[in-house]
Amino acid sequence: MMFVAFALFPIAATFGAEAYLIDLFRRIMIFAIAALALDLLVGYGALVSFGHAAFIGIGAYAVGILAASNVSDMIISLPLAIGAAALFAYLTGTICLRTRGVYFIMITLAFGQMAYFFAGSLAPYGGDDGLTLAMRSTLLGFAPFKHDLLFYYIVLGCLVGCYWLCRALVISRFGRVFRGARENPTRMAALGFDVFRYQLTAYTISGALGGLAGFLLANATDFVSPAYMSWHRSGELIVMIILGGIGNLNGAIVGTVAFLLLGEWLSDLTENWEMIFGPLLVVIILLARGGLLGLAAQMAAWYRRENILSVGDFIAAVGRYLRQLARRTIKSTLQTSRSRSRG
Amino acid sequence: MVEPVLRLEALHKSFGGLMVTRDVTVELAADELHAIIGPNGAGKTTLINQISGLIAPDSGRIVFGGRDVTALPAPERAALGLARSFQITSILPAFSVLENVALAVQARSGSSFRFFGRASSEEALNKPAMAALDEVGLADRADVIAGRLAHGEKRALELAIALAMEPKLLLLDEPMAGAGREESQRLITVLSRLKGRFPMLLVEHDMTAVFALADRISVLIYGQILTSGTPEEVRADPRVIAAYLGDEME
Amino acid sequence: MFTYLFIVQTLNGLQFGVLLFLIAAGLTLVFGVMNFINLAHGVQYMLGAYLAVMFYAMTGSMLLALVFALLASLAVGLFLEFVIFRHLYDRDHLDQVIATFGIILFLDQAVKYVWGAAPLSLPIPDMFSGSVVLMPGLIYPIWRLVIIGSGIAVALLLYVLVSRTRFGMLVRAGANNAPMVSALGVNIRRLFMIVFGFGTMLAGFAGIMIAPILSVQPGMGDTILILAFVVIVIGGIGSIRGTFIAALLIGLADTLGRSFAVDFLRLFMAPSPAQVVGPAIASMLIYLMMALVLYFRPTGLFPPKGR
Repeated sequence: MMFVAFALFPIAATFGAEAYLIDLFRRIMIFAIAALALDLLVGYGALVSFGHAAFIGIGAYAVGILAASNVSDMIISLPLAIGAAALFAYLTGTICLRTRGVYFIMITLAFGQMAYFFAGSLAPYGGDDGLTLAMRSTLLGFAPFKHDLLFYYIVLGCLVGCYWLCRALVISRFGRVFRGARENPTRMAALGFDVFRYQLTAYTISGALGGLAGFLLANATDFVSPAYMSWHRSGELIVMIILGGIGNLNGAIVGTVAFLLLGEWLSDLTENWEMIFGPLLVVIILLARGGLLGLAAQMAAWYRRENILSVGDFIAAVGRYLRQLARRTIKSTLQTSRSRSRG
Repeated sequence: MVEPVLRLEALHKSFGGLMVTRDVTVELAADELHAIIGPNGAGKTTLINQISGLIAPDSGRIVFGGRDVTALPAPERAALGLARSFQITSILPAFSVLENVALAVQARSGSSFRFFGRASSEEALNKPAMAALDEVGLADRADVIAGRLAHGEKRALELAIALAMEPKLLLLDEPMAGAGREESQRLITVLSRLKGRFPMLLVEHDMTAVFALADRISVLIYGQILTSGTPEEVRADPRVIAAYLGDEME
Repeated sequence: MFTYLFIVQTLNGLQFGVLLFLIAAGLTLVFGVMNFINLAHGVQYMLGAYLAVMFYAMTGSMLLALVFALLASLAVGLFLEFVIFRHLYDRDHLDQVIATFGIILFLDQAVKYVWGAAPLSLPIPDMFSGSVVLMPGLIYPIWRLVIIGSGIAVALLLYVLVSRTRFGMLVRAGANNAPMVSALGVNIRRLFMIVFGFGTMLAGFAGIMIAPILSVQPGMGDTILILAFVVIVIGGIGSIRGTFIAALLIGLADTLGRSFAVDFLRLFMAPSPAQVVGPAIASMLIYLMMALVLYFRPTGLFPPKGR
């Protein structure tokens, strides 16, 4: 399981003594929490929030502002970070959830942008430049985030906790209604469910988890800035979950790992890594339905179908596949002049 | 006299300039199966939608179980025991057949704001759901994904969902729509078994079904009730014959 | 003095609105007709600007640069449609989002790779350089007026095209009900390709027109893309008229908000908080507007009928 890999990773890393890798994976796990929160909405409720970075930012700013006022105990800052994000989600959710589809995407973006510009106007707290965390959060005098490895495992604990929470939510009575609302809201209303209340609850929970991610992120980077809330971040979160495969909590984590790791690796390789990364995304989407997890499932099925046992089989099968692909492409090109109906 | 389960009082509804419901007054007694028939475009589905709360009438009152529900939104009417099936199949296609019905059980049994515990293994939900599936003859299809059912099976599922809500009134919007002859026959059998257990308001095109099932029939034409009566009375009414023959000649 | 400033800023707002319209028009058509979310629309605007710079450097003529850049924009758009987008039309919106996001990443970086990260500029054509006196004491750059004029011309052209021609009828029908259009035996693929190419060209045109007054740099398309989405959502997706009105609204609100928010707030509060709050409100203004519009009209101001 992925979590075991995460847990074992620092031990492997200590041999190479690569502190920055621990740092990288800690960041990956923090974003995975945010991605899980988003997948809860997108994957199970078809509520594509394009402003999810705002919740991370709010959580982070709660830590930053409190630290600037010399309050660093997480007994205070953690509930406040989560609570503030949840409150923002609740208030904006009451408005956003009146709309559907693309309009929902755009109105969540609107609120995300408002939060972004608001943070930029917080002159006492650095404005556009952001603010450096005066000190990391403490717990009743202890400083659990001071020790990198301990911090790493705390983040892992949070990730496991969030995963477990989301899983439980999805299969619970509540989750059943929430999933049903995506499938057929009219039917749900006829059954007697007030769909709005369920969606608002899920939206609030998702915002709260985003706040948690923000709390951790502020401590991990010792820094808070409006950039945490920019729409690029929100967009990246969406890309992460689609890349992994939506509607599957594992997909959110796989997608986050793949997105950040691939980005990191390619940017080490070449300065123009986006020129490789971009087309790679396109290719993955064109070839696979259901993101990387979907691709893996397709590959497994293909392995079985082609009965691949050796490297030779593999190459032969790839050859067959490419020939098929070429034939199909030529065919569809020839059909360009013919009309095609859409369902 | 006993208070009727449902009373529509002088309902009016128009879309733009088009009157789709015109002064409709209907009463539905307890245990009665009341059918509403009428040619295409007579406003039958619009009427059902007003009763179930999906659209609001322009004027008039809807009294359900002695309570004025005219201003109540659909979910709250459903919570009062007003169940409906849809003319166009309205199920949750990605859910299993059992889950579709269990959700209906869930709707009437306690809070759904429960965040923990696996809903799909709650016996309290699954048992009544299985019972409802059994009644419509879908018990052996419980684990199939609902979207993969055959058309007639979907109609039966729709019925099972309505049953599982343990309704005080069941609104059936063309339950036979699109079903084949055999499937219709099966649905008629199911419905006649259910008759008497709770009142039903049936909107249907299939005359065989209507005359086989209904205790009373109202004929709706151009949004207006032409006549109401027992099947025999309606069958003999010359205005009904004229309306139907006229419709067929067009 | 204030009046002059107000007029100038109103004109600037109009110019910005017109620019937004040029970009948003293509976006709303592509979205409305093909139900396709094209995030790469913004980089096509950027590419238009870069191509204009490049062709200008090669030919030395603004007119030739305009023509070549337009043609090249069109070619790039059609190429992308043919190779990638075509395979995404019947896919989920989210798949479209991620694939077009990939194209943004690629093109933003490719532009940096080819032309460098430093901002480039394009001179204003001699004919239109300088300013014109609109009123005694009120001068305004000619080129900005040219942008406004050409934008309004495009809007009129689009209006006639969409409301008067057979092609326009298909586009409108497609925005309401695409399956029906294909059932009528219309070659949907070709219709899509034309609409797409046209939209791309409009975005490219916007990029070319703005290049002389804005620095041409990587990423310039990303911010404007978001604004264009705001515009089409406020206007109602698929509606050219709605897009035009919303674009002007956003352009004016944003420009006027930025120039006058502080002064306006000073009427109610002390100068120093106004100095802080003003810019924040100004940046948020258009998003506030969008939230308000969607609150009262969940499908925008002019939703196409039948959706």
